[in-house]
Parts: sequence; structure tokens; C-alpha cells
Amino acid sequence: MNHMAPAELTQALLYMDGVCVSFDGFRALNTLSLVIGPGEMRAIIGPNGAGKTTMMDVMTGKTRPDTGVVLYEGKIDLTTLDEASIAELGIGRKFQKPTVFESQTVFDNILLAMAGPRTAFSCLWGWRNHVDHAEIHHILETVGLIGHRDRLAANLSHGQKQWLEIGMLLAQDPKLLLVDEPVAGMTDAETEQTAQLLKSIARDHAVIVVEHDMAFVRALECRVTCLHEGSVLAEGHIDAVSRDERVIEVYLGR
Amino acid sequence: MSFSFLQKDRLAIVFMAILAGFGVIVPLLNLLMPEGSFFHIPTYAVSLLGKYICFAILALSLDLVWGFCGILSLGHGAFFALGGYAMGMYLMRQIGARGVYANPVLPDFMVFLNMKELPLPWYGFSSFSYAMLMVFLVPGLLAFVFGWFAFRSRVSGVYLSIITQAMTFAMMLAFFRNDMGFGGNNGLTDFKDILGFSVQASGTRLTLYMLSILALGGCYLVARMMVQSAYGRVLIAIRDAESRTRFLGYRVEHFKVLAFTVSACMAGLAGALYVPQVGIINPSEFAPGNSIEAVIWVAVGGRGTLVGPVLGAVLVNFAKTWLTGALAEFWLFALGALFIGVTLFLPKGIIGTLSEKFSKPKAEADVAEEVRS
Amino acid sequence: MRRICYKGLMAVLGLYVLLVQAVQAAGYDEALAKFTSDQFPQIEQGILDLAAIGSPEAARLLEALNDGRLFFTAGKQVVFKEGNGVIDGLTAAKLDPAPDNLKTVRMNNRVRRTLESALGTLSLVAVDPVKRRAAAEAVFKARDPQALPLLETAIQKEKDTAIKNVMERARAAILVADSKASELARLGAVETLAERGDQEVMSLLASVRPQAPANLVQSIDAAIKVIERRLSLLSAFQNAIYGLSLGSVLLLAAIGLAITFGVMGIINMAHGEMVMLGAYTTFLVQEVIRAKYPALFDWSLMIALPLAFLVSALFGVMIERSILRFLYGRPLETLLATWGVSLVLQQGVRTLFGPTNREVGAPAFMSGSVDLWGLTITSGRLWIIVFSMLVFFALLLLMRATSFGLKMRAVTQNRRMAAAMGIPTPIIDQMTFALGSGIAGIAGVALSQIDNVSPNLGQGYIIDSFMVVVFGGVGNLWGTLVGALTLGVANKFLEPLAGAVLGKIVMLVFIILFIQKRPRGLFALKGRSVEG
Repeated sequence: MNHMAPAELTQALLYMDGVCVSFDGFRALNTLSLVIGPGEMRAIIGPNGAGKTTMMDVMTGKTRPDTGVVLYEGKIDLTTLDEASIAELGIGRKFQKPTVFESQTVFDNILLAMAGPRTAFSCLWGWRNHVDHAEIHHILETVGLIGHRDRLAANLSHGQKQWLEIGMLLAQDPKLLLVDEPVAGMTDAETEQTAQLLKSIARDHAVIVVEHDMAFVRALECRVTCLHEGSVLAEGHIDAVSRDERVIEVYLGR
Repeated sequence: MSFSFLQKDRLAIVFMAILAGFGVIVPLLNLLMPEGSFFHIPTYAVSLLGKYICFAILALSLDLVWGFCGILSLGHGAFFALGGYAMGMYLMRQIGARGVYANPVLPDFMVFLNMKELPLPWYGFSSFSYAMLMVFLVPGLLAFVFGWFAFRSRVSGVYLSIITQAMTFAMMLAFFRNDMGFGGNNGLTDFKDILGFSVQASGTRLTLYMLSILALGGCYLVARMMVQSAYGRVLIAIRDAESRTRFLGYRVEHFKVLAFTVSACMAGLAGALYVPQVGIINPSEFAPGNSIEAVIWVAVGGRGTLVGPVLGAVLVNFAKTWLTGALAEFWLFALGALFIGVTLFLPKGIIGTLSEKFSKPKAEADVAEEVRS
Repeated sequence: MRRICYKGLMAVLGLYVLLVQAVQAAGYDEALAKFTSDQFPQIEQGILDLAAIGSPEAARLLEALNDGRLFFTAGKQVVFKEGNGVIDGLTAAKLDPAPDNLKTVRMNNRVRRTLESALGTLSLVAVDPVKRRAAAEAVFKARDPQALPLLETAIQKEKDTAIKNVMERARAAILVADSKASELARLGAVETLAERGDQEVMSLLASVRPQAPANLVQSIDAAIKVIERRLSLLSAFQNAIYGLSLGSVLLLAAIGLAITFGVMGIINMAHGEMVMLGAYTTFLVQEVIRAKYPALFDWSLMIALPLAFLVSALFGVMIERSILRFLYGRPLETLLATWGVSLVLQQGVRTLFGPTNREVGAPAFMSGSVDLWGLTITSGRLWIIVFSMLVFFALLLLMRATSFGLKMRAVTQNRRMAAAMGIPTPIIDQMTFALGSGIAGIAGVALSQIDNVSPNLGQGYIIDSFMVVVFGGVGNLWGTLVGALTLGVANKFLEPLAGAVLGKIVMLVFIILFIQKRPRGLFALKGRSVEG
């Protein structure tokens, strides 16, 4: 009965229900259910091992769930698609550890991420060789890397790599952004900047942010979901969630 | 355009110029200088150079997949040999009734093996254009099918290396069999002529040499076009962070299969040019050792540079010719030491290390640009 | 009552023995007389008579005739020479003084042939069991009805069941082929043959069938079916044993790799050369033993085992220290560098020992063969199976039950964590690599028994070994065991269908396809972020 999504849920951009994943007997996700509306911003918190990264792996097709439903735009079953198809549908991901293409320039990193045809032939002699530089520059300005345009990504600082990756997400222009710990290793000022950037992105994109930094999560001013042992422990406004006894017990501490 | 492209463009121009120089000067020295003159290049040396050039094409093709896409193929010798066999089959059919057994249709070894009629794979090889088509088609098709299966199941890294090695090993075993109909362990040899010209004639040999130079130049331009386009940047992205590239929405397996197939076609072309210049093709060309040796040419010259592998192939093979002549026993020691030394002390290869040195000032230019903006 | 019966029985038996002896003596006389004749047919008859008597004395005489030691005196007394003395043929008493003027018994080719076949038959009652068995086999092949009476006697006397079986089979073969024998006897013979049938019996039955009466044809057909079924079972069994033996060889070659590749993630292309070094160590040990302590030869492999382990382990440590430790985390570069090492080692051994094969002998307990349910299997094959299992389980124990094994697994799973806990990771790396290499050396000792000891020895195993490890699943010793045995058995079952080379090609293609389907092998570990 779960496999047919009820009519009202087709409104949801992303609909997960009863998702279970286990690795060699360890249950990483345990009947996890989560609904993200179009254009919604959602922060996910939870202790290590709560299943945050695995949840993103399931959404992006890296891991196949043992059971459960993952629907995108109310009709597309994500569990049958591979990473590339899911990315093409408009789900972009930023990894916990910043992964940019280190031996290529900042400019080329953005170029590779730009929305548009991604077939081998369009890359060989088609569209991607004639991308409007102004668009790329605009994105580089947004993430403050225009001055580093021609530097190799490997030579960027940790924070700059985080920003570059966010820039790549912008270039990808997905409908849903999955952002895993975007402010790890950033200074307070950078964290503040990142929060502002994500908020401006959230105006026309749905965003899921996984983060441990509670101040940052608070700055995002969005709904918060706390995961624990692979399922949802609490969900709601940041104040409600951070007052929840169980959340305090397993995550925030007293 | 950024400075780094200019740097690479300069390298390309230098390379093409040197290649053209070799293509023109060597035949001229062969033809114009009197025999015995210091500057005279004997015909056998021209063919030897031609052989190096074929190896250079093989190295270039390997660089396209290993240097830019991280696919360390230990089976590229198989594509080379298949191209060579396609050419060899054409040359065998050209012998016609001039063989020892004077059979107008069947090559000598088939008569010797009591075969009554031409095996099916040999049909059509009396036509040069069909044979040329097969030179590309057979290695290309094998690479496409093999790559399609391997890359779709995400076999990568050392696993891929090992199964490519197993592939060429299996091919070697197969071609050693007489009943495969490809001449068994003697292979194909005793060629007479190609397109009506005797393969022994020095004019033919000079022409084959120049064709090899042209082929190398052509393959270089094709490879350069590929790696300079956005496609090449995706290849490098795959090499450095395959799964990240997937999450960007690229179908990694398509990119890999395309590169692998194009590369195999180049290797096949190299083999086809190699066979008439050395006069024989046999199953030992499939030996896994040959393919790994080609990898070291790429490593010596510098992978991911296109020019480097060409340099590496020529240098290593020149050393091989010289050493096996002078100190045969020493060659394997030297080759082994080369494998160890290059991986330990020269991981970027000759061209890679040099271009890094020359691009030192570039980092400063980078900073200057930063300050300006 | 019972005692009387017993005594009576003994009496009857004694009488019978006496009677037989008397008959023999009588026949003996006449038979010997025939040797003094100058007619060849007479002499031939004498040989046949002696053969029919079939006593050890008769055999002794015929052997003397065969060696040209049989003579007769002017007084027609048949004597033979043995050692320095001359012995009377009839009484077996030594004649002193030796008679002179001895005449040789006449021989021609026809007589010689008769003599040979008679001697063959007589061996049925020889003391040496090997001779008896060979004689029974010979009778089975010849199917001469004349041998039947002696064969019956031999069967009754025979105590060794295995030889008795062969004799009964021979008798059945004679009866089946003999169109003069009664149908009942022939039917019985077919039954016997069906029980003990092999390829030879099949062709015998097939050759008899056309001339056989209808009744017999039926039972022959049934017997052929029975034999066919058993033969196919037997050949399956033989394939399984050979396959297990090949699998054990693969296991030996691959198990060191399972540690260096599977546990450490190092692609050691010089692994085959570690095996080769082990084989050459065996060769050197045997050379020394042959030259200085020949009595120890049967122990040569035992002595070679620890030495081979040490030699290969030492080379392993040298390779690890001088090359591999700079390349951790760069598997493709490791592959190339170790390939270089393999070239250097091969050429080094070629320079030192020459390019040709070196002779490595087998100790007595490993040569010969073993009978297993009608199959003859060389004991070398069986020892390899036993030995590889011993090595496997010893290694398993080492990994599971010792602190070194624990540390090894810890380092390979999380190097930094292990270092933080005070485990000296560089030393563990060295020891792990030394262990993998040393086991390759041990494999070399075993392989020296079944393969040519040449500089190329290792090259033949490297691709197979990688296939085994990859097929079985990396990082899992059990996977390596199952992988090796599966591939070995599958290869042997493919060989009769496709031929050795094609079978091998089929296996390679199968593994290539298999890796596409299950990139992490049979026993794959599933987990989060296994991606490198």
C-alpha cells in the first residue's frame, strides 16, 4: 500500500517512506520517512551514525535501499535510477568532504557543473564548448572566487573549496540541493556568509542541509529534522526540536 | 584563454614541427646522401624508426585512456596486435599463388594444415579497403564490447588492469591455436607486396615510414582535440573523482567507452603500420609483457601530456635496440630498473617534470592576476 | 565326534595332496623327457606340459630354459645350472660331481614364443605379488583358453583380494571370448565383467557381441550399460580429484597474494617470482644434499620449506622497504614498480642459474601412485592437496588467533587508528608483506614438484593467481579457498570438452564476465563508503 503514493503527496518534491538500509547486519536506515516540499529548506541534524550521509546516498542513487519508497516529484522512483540519471533530474549534492576536481582550474570546475547537455558528444564538439563565460563569471562572483578563476582547485584553501563546491551546485541549477556539512572547518564569518548564501539559494531551490553547527542551523531559519539510529526522532521548528527531551538526550546534551 | 593553454599550445607546435622534420629530413637523407656518407640513413634504419613511430602511436593511444581517464589498460597490446593481424591477413592474401605451395587462394600455412577452404574470417581481406576498415573495426569493436561491460559494472582501477591483462592473455592463447586459422604460433609472415608495391623495396619502406609519421600526427591531433574539449575535462574529472563526476550527472561509462574505443582504434592503426615494416605478426604480440612495456613508455615520457608518451616510446625502444644488441642480458635489468625508477623518482615523466619546471613562473603570474582583479 | 570328523577330513585332504603330487611326478617325468628330443614340437609340448603342472619347480625349470641354463646329459637326464652347481631336474638334488658333456635343449623362435607365454602364465603362481598381478593382466589381454586350468588353480590359492579380482576378471574374459564354453559359464562371466569393468572390458564385450548368441547379447548390452555408467562416474571422480589438485596448486600460488593484495591492497606483480625463488631454493637444497648428504634426500623438501619461506620473505621485506612503502595508496604505480622487480628477479635468476629447466627430484614418499576406488592417482597430486590445505588452515589460524593476525587486520582496516593505539604500523606492513611473500616461497617448494623449475615459473601463475583472488573476493581467505578450488575443478571438467587451451580461455572469459557481474568477487564485503 505504501508503493502507491497518495494523491496529496504528489505535491511533495521528495517523498521517502519506510526506507531501510543495512550493511552486514548494521541498520544504517530504519524505516526512515521524510517529505520535502517544493522550494522548501530543511536542516537535518543528528549524532554521528544517525544515517544522515546514508540518507543522502539513497536520495542520489549511490546506495539502494533494502525496502521503502523514494519518490521524486511525486512520480519518479529514485530507487531504480543511477547517480547520473538522478543528477539529471535535478538533484545536486555537495559532499561532506569537499570534492572538487583538483587538477583543473576553478573556471573549469564550474564549466563542468553548468546545467546543460551532458552527453559525450555535446562535450566533444557541442554545447559545453560554447558555454557563456558571463554566466560562469556570475557564479564565481556569487561565491567570491572570481579572483581565483584560473587557479587550480587543488591550490584553494579548505573554505574556498567549500565555496567552489557550492558554486558548482549553483551552476548545476538543481531543483533540490543536498548539502552535507557545508561549514565544517570554516571561520565564524565564513559560516555566516555561507548561511546567507544558502538562504538566498533557497529562495528558488529546495535545499536539504546536514549540519552539526547549531548556530548555523539556527541562522538558516528553517524546519529541522533530527535523525537517530536511522529514523526520525523529532521534526519541527528549531526551538521545538532543541527543547525535545530525546533530542537533548541523544544529540545536544544537557 | 588562460596561460596554461598557451603553454600547451607551444608544446604542440614544437611537437608537430619536430614530427614534420622527421617526416621530411629522414627520407631526404636516405635518398639524397650517398651511401657511406655520415649523413646517409640506410633503409633498414628508416624502417626501424618507422617501427618506433608505430610504438609511439600505441603509447599515445594508451595515454588517452590512462593519462586522461585513469584507465590503466594492460591489454592495449591486444588491440595493436589485432590491427596488425588485419593488415597481415591482407598481406597474406596478396601473396596469392606465389607461396611455396602455390595455392592461389589459401596461404601456405593453411595448405600445410590441410585446410580445404578459406576460413570465414579471411573473406574480404583480399580487398585493401576492407582490410583497412577491419584495422579499425576489429580492435574498436572489441574495445567497445569489453569497455561497455566493464565500465557499466564500474570495474575500475587495478581490477580493470587485471582483467585487461587476462583479456590479452586469453587472446594470446587463442591465437596460438592452429585451428583458429590465423597461422598458429608462426603467425603471418613472408609478405610479398602491399597495393602492388613490394614490401621489401626501399621506396615502399620510405612510404610506410612517412605514412607512420602522418598517422602519428593525425592521432596526436585527434587526441589533442579530444582532451582540449570539454570532453577532455570530463575525462580528467573522471580520473580524479569518478563518483563526483557521476553526481554531476555525467554518464561516466559513456565517456570511458568512447575514449577506450577511440584509443583501441589508434592502437589498431599502429599495429597495421607496424606489420609491413617488420614483416611478421605472431601471437607473442599479445603477450601481457608487451602491453605492460607500452605502459612504461607512457610513464617515462609523462602521462597526460600526449607528447610525453611519444618521446618515451621512441627513447625506450631506441635504448632497447641498442642494449639488446650490445648487452642482451642487461636489457631486462635495465627495463626492470626503469619501471622501478620511473614510478619512484619520476612519477610525472620527462615532459610532465619539465613542464612543471617551466610553469613555475606561472604561479607568480597567477598571483599577479589575483592582485589585479 | 567332531574330532573324528576333523581327523577324517585331514586324512582325506592328505590323501588328495599325495595323489596330486603323484600325478605331478608322473607328468613331470614325461614332460622332462620331451626336452631331450631333437624335435621342436616335442620340446614345445614339454613346455606346455610343465606349464600345465604349474608348480614352482616347473617354473624354475622353465626359467632355466629361458636363460639357456637347461641341459641334458648323455643319459638323457635333464639338469640345470644354478650358481656354480648342476641340479637334477627331476629330484632337484645337487649333482656332485657335476656331470660333463652337457647338451643344450634345442630352441627356435616358435618354441621361444611358447616358452614366453608359458612363463607368463606360470607367473600366476609366482611368490612375488607384483608378478602375479602382471601375469593376470597378461592373461586378461591374451585370453588364451589354455591358461584357464592354471588360472583356476591360481584363483583358489590367491589370498590377495585385489589380485584375485584381476584374476577373476581374466577368467571371465577368457570364458566370454571362448565360443566353446557353456552359455551359463559365459553369462556368469559377463556378470563378473560388469562388476569389474573398465574401458578394456568394454571393448572386449563389444568385440565379443557380434558372434554371441542372443541370450548373451542381452546381458552383454546390460553389462556395457553398467560399465558405461560406472566409467562416467569414475571419470567425473577423476576430474574432481585432478581439479582439486589443480585447485590446490592455484590456492598455493594465490594465497600469498590473498594476503598482499587482499589484505594490504598491494598489487605485487612480482608475486610469481617469489614462488620461483622458493622453487630455486628447493633446487639448491637438493643440490647440496645430493653432493654432501645423500641419505637426507627424502627430507629435502622438509628442509627446503623453511628455507624457501625465509628466502622469499627476505626478498619481500627488501622490496617492501626499498620500493613499496613509498607507493602506499598508489596501486597502479605499485603494479608497475613490482612488474619491474619481477623482470629484474627473472633476469637475475636466468643469469645465475641459466635459462634452462632445473631438475628437482621427488622424495620416495611422494613418488609412486595410490589406488582410489579403481583410480590410479600419483601421490604427488594427493600430497599437494594435503599440503595446500595445511598451509591454508595454518594461515587462517595465524590471522584469527594470534596477536600478529589481529594487528595485521587492524592496520589494514584503519591504519591511523591502529597507529594511534600504539601498533607499529611500518613493522606490521613489513611482516605482512614478508608473510605473503614467504608463503609464495613455500608454494614454490610444492610447485617445484609438478612444474618446470625455470626463470619463467612464476609468470605462468601470476594471472591465474590474480584471477583466483579477484574471483574469490578480495580480503577474504575463505573466498580464496573457494575460488581456487572452484576454478581448478571447473577447469578440469572443461578440459575434456574443450581441450586444455580452449578450456583455459573459457575460464578467463568467464572470470572477466563474472567480475562485471560481481565486481567484488564471490565473497564481497558490503559497506558504506568502500569507494576509494
